[in-house]
Amino acid sequence: MGALGHYLEREGVATTQISLIRLHTERIAPPRALWVPFELGRPLGPPGNPVFQTRVLRAALGLLERPEGPVLEDFPDDEPTGAAPDVPLACPVRFAADAADAEDELLRAFRAEVDGLRNWYDEAVWRRRRTTADATGLTPEAVADFIAGFARGGEPDNPLPDVSLGAALKMASEDLKAYYNESITAQPGGTTDPVRLEDWFWGETVAARVLNEIRKHCQGRAGREYRMLGNALLVPRRQLHRFDRVQEES
Amino acid sequence: MARLDSMTPALRKHYVDMACPKFDASPWVVGPPLARRKVALISTAGLHRRDDRPFALRAADYRLIPEDTPAADLVMSHMSTNYDRTGFQQDWNVVFPLDRLREMCASGDIGSLARHHYSFMGATDVLALEPQARDLARIMREEGADAALLVPV
Repeated sequence: MGALGHYLEREGVATTQISLIRLHTERIAPPRALWVPFELGRPLGPPGNPVFQTRVLRAALGLLERPEGPVLEDFPDDEPTGAAPDVPLACPVRFAADAADAEDELLRAFRAEVDGLRNWYDEAVWRRRRTTADATGLTPEAVADFIAGFARGGEPDNPLPDVSLGAALKMASEDLKAYYNESITAQPGGTTDPVRLEDWFWGETVAARVLNEIRKHCQGRAGREYRMLGNALLVPRRQLHRFDRVQEES
Repeated sequence: MARLDSMTPALRKHYVDMACPKFDASPWVVGPPLARRKVALISTAGLHRRDDRPFALRAADYRLIPEDTPAADLVMSHMSTNYDRTGFQQDWNVVFPLDRLREMCASGDIGSLARHHYSFMGATDVLALEPQARDLARIMREEGADAALLVPV
């Protein structure tokens, strides 16, 4: 992001930017940057809080009126967290960890879980009048079927004619996670806290186990895309410990 | 939080060790007061209209997002899995604050909004962004946009 600031400004366009990793912005020193202490992926802070978002924007855009630079300023406040909900995040399917090796059982539980969230997904789409869970253009059920094909260790037919099979898998995995997160955040008492939501998905859902199975299959395959998928693109770096631990115990 | 001191040691090391490009010069463009500026929004979140092309892995190109794009038309095809997407899923302004900018335009905080906004996909070769940015700057100047707000994820 900081490099873009240099490139554009050099070409005569004034820039200001939000910074998430302060150390990187210090090193790159773009013309104007506002560092915010929010979660990666949330440059404007919390969802559904227009007053806070506007404050961040005013601070970032206000740097355009500084007389000289480069300038790197800190936004003073953390993201407001709100009250912790009483209701724990729940999945429609309970799945015993010791059954994880039974592929058919895993995929049956996965499909039941996807089906079980459908009411809440529909509620989420109706309430928000949008969804981000269909970048593939596929229905959630078709996404789940495509994902399940990989989890069986195979290479399913590519449903997306314009991208590679690996890119289609990546897009489908993000659609799947969006389906889960849009659904769970539509339930009463749901949280918007990013860390809780991430821990819920990777710690509690069958879908996460399925994606980890695919990650392992990808690691065993030849080709650059599969290597990238297996090493970095399916399971977040900070969630890998869950699966490594399970493997060590089993 | 994106504070290095609150990350696990392994994650912190990942960000500390990440290579950053060095720039010898410090370009600085002056312009009119904010209330008279035409602002364009540039995201690196891998955003595009639903019927536009998704970003390829490591892509350095950009997508156009016209000013009148509704939230329902915008999706994300960034390749990284290491940042939160649930904020964007609930409220696009968390990543692409076009509603907020429209409000600031209506209240006179900023002069106007450019007809086009843009998104790159941040997980790419930084050097490959340079010719793309040069092209983009030319288009923005042509359109009269005199301020770019850059928003990462």
